[in-house]
Amino acid sequence: MTNTSSAERADARHDRQSADDGSGLVLADLRVTYGAGATALRAVDGVDLSVPRGSTLALVGESGCGKSTIAKAIVGLAPSVGGQILLGGMDVTTERGRSAAHFRRRVQMIFQDPYSSLNPRMTVAATLDEALALHTGLNRVDRRARAAELLDLVAMSGTGADKYPAEFSGGQRQRIAIARALATDPEVVIADEITSALDVSVQASILNLMREIQARTGVAVLLITHNLAVARYFSHRTAVMYLGRIVENGDESLYTAPRHPYTRALLDASPSLAAHREDRVPLAGDLPDPHDPPSGCRFRSRCPVGPLTHQDRTVCIDREPPVVDPAGLAVACHFPPEQPAGR
Amino acid sequence: MASRRLRAIVGAPGTVVGLVILAIVVVVAIIGPAVWQDRAMTMNVMEARQGISASHWLGTDVLGRDVLARILASTRTSLLLALAAVLLGSAIGFPLGAVAGLLPPRGRRLVGRGIGIALAFPGIVTALFICTVIGIGAFGGVLAIGLAMAPGFARLAQTLGTAVAGSDYVAAARVLGVRRGALLRRYVLPNIAEPLLITVTMAASDALIALAALSYLGLGVQPPSYDWGRVLGEGLQDIYTTPAVALGAGAAIVLTGLAFNLLGESMAHGFDSRAGSVSARALRRMGRSLLPGRGLPAAPPEPDGEPRVALRLEDLSVYFPGPDGTLVQPVRGVNLTVGEGEMVGIVGESGSGKSLTALAAAGLVPYPGQVRVQRREIAGSDVATMHPEQLRKLLGTDLAMVFQDPMTSLNPALRLRRQLTEKLEVHEGITRAEATERAILALTDMRITAARRRLDQFPHEMSGGMRQRIMIAMGLMGSPSLLIADEPTTALDVTVQAQIIDLLRALNAEHGTAVVLISHDVSVINELCHRMVVMYGGRIVEQGPTAEVIAAPRHPYTAALLAAVPTLQTGREEPLASIPGQPPSPTAMPAGCPFAPRCAAADATCRQEMPPLIPDGQRDLACWHPLSESDEGRAPGGLASPRVGSPAGRSIPGTRRVRT
Ligand SMILES: Nc1ncnc2c1ncn2[C@@H]1O[C@H](COP(=O)(O)OP(=O)(O)O)[C@@H](O)[C@H]1O
Ligand code: SF4
Ligand code: SF4
Ligand SMILES: [Mg+2]
Repeated sequence: MTNTSSAERADARHDRQSADDGSGLVLADLRVTYGAGATALRAVDGVDLSVPRGSTLALVGESGCGKSTIAKAIVGLAPSVGGQILLGGMDVTTERGRSAAHFRRRVQMIFQDPYSSLNPRMTVAATLDEALALHTGLNRVDRRARAAELLDLVAMSGTGADKYPAEFSGGQRQRIAIARALATDPEVVIADEITSALDVSVQASILNLMREIQARTGVAVLLITHNLAVARYFSHRTAVMYLGRIVENGDESLYTAPRHPYTRALLDASPSLAAHREDRVPLAGDLPDPHDPPSGCRFRSRCPVGPLTHQDRTVCIDREPPVVDPAGLAVACHFPPEQPAGR
Repeated sequence: MASRRLRAIVGAPGTVVGLVILAIVVVVAIIGPAVWQDRAMTMNVMEARQGISASHWLGTDVLGRDVLARILASTRTSLLLALAAVLLGSAIGFPLGAVAGLLPPRGRRLVGRGIGIALAFPGIVTALFICTVIGIGAFGGVLAIGLAMAPGFARLAQTLGTAVAGSDYVAAARVLGVRRGALLRRYVLPNIAEPLLITVTMAASDALIALAALSYLGLGVQPPSYDWGRVLGEGLQDIYTTPAVALGAGAAIVLTGLAFNLLGESMAHGFDSRAGSVSARALRRMGRSLLPGRGLPAAPPEPDGEPRVALRLEDLSVYFPGPDGTLVQPVRGVNLTVGEGEMVGIVGESGSGKSLTALAAAGLVPYPGQVRVQRREIAGSDVATMHPEQLRKLLGTDLAMVFQDPMTSLNPALRLRRQLTEKLEVHEGITRAEATERAILALTDMRITAARRRLDQFPHEMSGGMRQRIMIAMGLMGSPSLLIADEPTTALDVTVQAQIIDLLRALNAEHGTAVVLISHDVSVINELCHRMVVMYGGRIVEQGPTAEVIAAPRHPYTAALLAAVPTLQTGREEPLASIPGQPPSPTAMPAGCPFAPRCAAADATCRQEMPPLIPDGQRDLACWHPLSESDEGRAPGGLASPRVGSPAGRSIPGTRRVRT
């Protein structure tokens, strides 16, 4: 990356930043429904989250809990969104708000499977050029130079921009996808399971790359993953999701002193390189039918400290636990441990 | 890439034959009427209904016209009518399907159902119906066939369009704000053009035959015009006296149809081929469909001096045809022994040969792969000397396999009951009720709740974790002594993964079932396996007791692999250790140590000579310069960053610090 161009971009970024309040991405009471009527599925049911600029928020939970739906809602790929999505303090929930805020340039997404997220019929150069042409206003020559810079940024310089995706390995494709996302110089990047289709050694290099990029550009990252070790390593804060709701939101202490029984169960289930834990108690049952979540606390049908084991805890059946709010309350449980429990 | 694909298509023998035939047909179609029309129309009642002769190679018809001339002269008509029908069909069908794909869900369902209904009628019946409504004749025939083909084209366009529109790369483009027109032009069309082209080519053959059929029935081309169908029809009246007449016209239709089909087939093949690379995904996909059936009890083990083992592979190699007629060898001389009741994990990056080793152990390497092995023993029986029938039974009973994606191994169209009980009924000769009870027991063993009710469900009604447990239950119903599981938990959540690991552990403890667990995730193997085998470049590079290998890896690759795994204790300030470069491709395997291009400790010996796998205490190692026990803190070969060796993040409670 040449000094001049990065300095210019830094200026441009500065101009843009002055237009907002620096709060990054904020979700307020976000709701997403698939379908309508009797078969409606509330995949996301009142979620509050915030990803300040320069930081990473990890969103973890079992598949089907609504993580990807949140991502889709943010980038406008989900139907019927309720609540509010704010970017730098501006409301971007509706298409109108989005175009006023230059939303597409400022928020980009990286997908899980690099084998399917690149158009097999477009060369790397064409893929990057398209993004640049749409959002930068650079001329053809400058776009070419910028594309080379981007490939350099993702450590793919000199690897044949005229090739098609099929000619690259999975890790290389994911780098190309990252370069595409960075082409618009976004303030927020949503990374949905970007390493789960990759080998561990490749995962390590992609995570390192994302960190470097964040250090260099100050981009805010919403990292969606089901791998808790990856979430902990990469993020500043972590939100744990269960059946469309956030059940716990915390910093690194969430991994050492989880407060929600579900967070604890997830940590317990994570395989590790430490000695075996043959005594672990597996979580009872499967995820309930999301069309018909349990009343009260949604986790109660599997909770090891809920009404399954403590008959007197009927409040878990009758009343919904309070809503997790990223600024204030951090756990949605009627009976969180008094002292944050050590693992 | 485009040109490579083109070469793959043009180079296929089917293409050559198809193109040659079509070229001849086209030439005949162009010059046909001018050259042969007179001869074809000349009646000579004196020479009617003659057989093959020097002056009439295919004989003559009722009116004494030369049949060969008639076939040649009508080539143009036949071909043009067929093409017109296909063009009409695609002109109606493709836009209809495309529009259907763009409609909101309700409209899409409605149009989809309409297309489905139209498709339910056999094309020729639809055509006959339309023909009688519109009126007979060439125009009516083309219209009828074209309309009859339209629903098929529409369905294809709709399915393809929906698939492409739902793909991640289109989603990515939408996130970027790519406009609708560009989306269609750059993303959707290029990705559906090839299959559509193939279909149109193949459909030309159908249209040709259908039109011939209409004319033959007297509904298509009307006299005095004629096409192949008419010539065939006229000839058929005299099939017993002058069979050559009918056969000639029939041959013209069949040959041309065949040419279109050959061309379509080889296009489809060419578009698919990725220049002969052995794709691990494709292999796994093939492998999955080859799940062994449950069989009769195994043959008694052969008396043998050595202790019985669950699995023994000696000098196993797997070959595949590579590009340009070469052979590639993705598995290169693997020796693996799994004791009775032992749980062994095989770890390695994708392409390292893990899955092929497992498939070869079960004799399931897909065509055109070839396996060479000195000795293959399962449950103490030497498989090499076994009769194929015996072998099949052994694979059905003593060995069970579970693959990554249970959905592709379960038949989506059958209720679980059938899938679980049928083979038991057939092979063990027990009644349906008994088989059902056994199935319920097996499901309950896998902690599947309401097993009896589940038997009446279809696979898609279950979650991924449940399907995976069902797969394992199926595998275990014959009480195998060895279970080979290839990435059984990779697609699953940690909670389900933990359940399955616990189940496998319980299975091992209760029934002594030996387990080979293949995973790219060392921590999963650590949770379950006594022994760990590390594969790289088709070879075993290190093996030993899991805890020891993890605590003190001695092969530079093992060390690098372990260092790259983030754990819940990894220091968050340090970058993760990564391995520079890429694993070697089977088509370009280094001459010496496969890890040499990425190993910092590599020297000239490493690059020239393959290190053999040598026992060293409890460990087997294939490295010229292994990390030694006292090598605390030494940075292993190939690590990208000097920080990797720092103790910061790698200490693991309860074990020694992982040496990196
Ligand atoms: N396009 C869709 N139509 C209907 N339901 C969907 C759709 N996409 C996801 N869902 C459902 O919404 C819920 C949340 O899914 P998703 O956001 O993909 O979860 P995650 O990313 O956490 O795995 C699941 O129950 C899933 O089946
Ligand atoms: S509210 Fe009750 S059921 Fe829900 S997590 Fe807390 S203790 Fe468990
Ligand atoms: S030291 Fe030599 S033999 Fe050992 S892994 Fe490195 S290159 Fe291979
Ligand atoms: Mg997801």
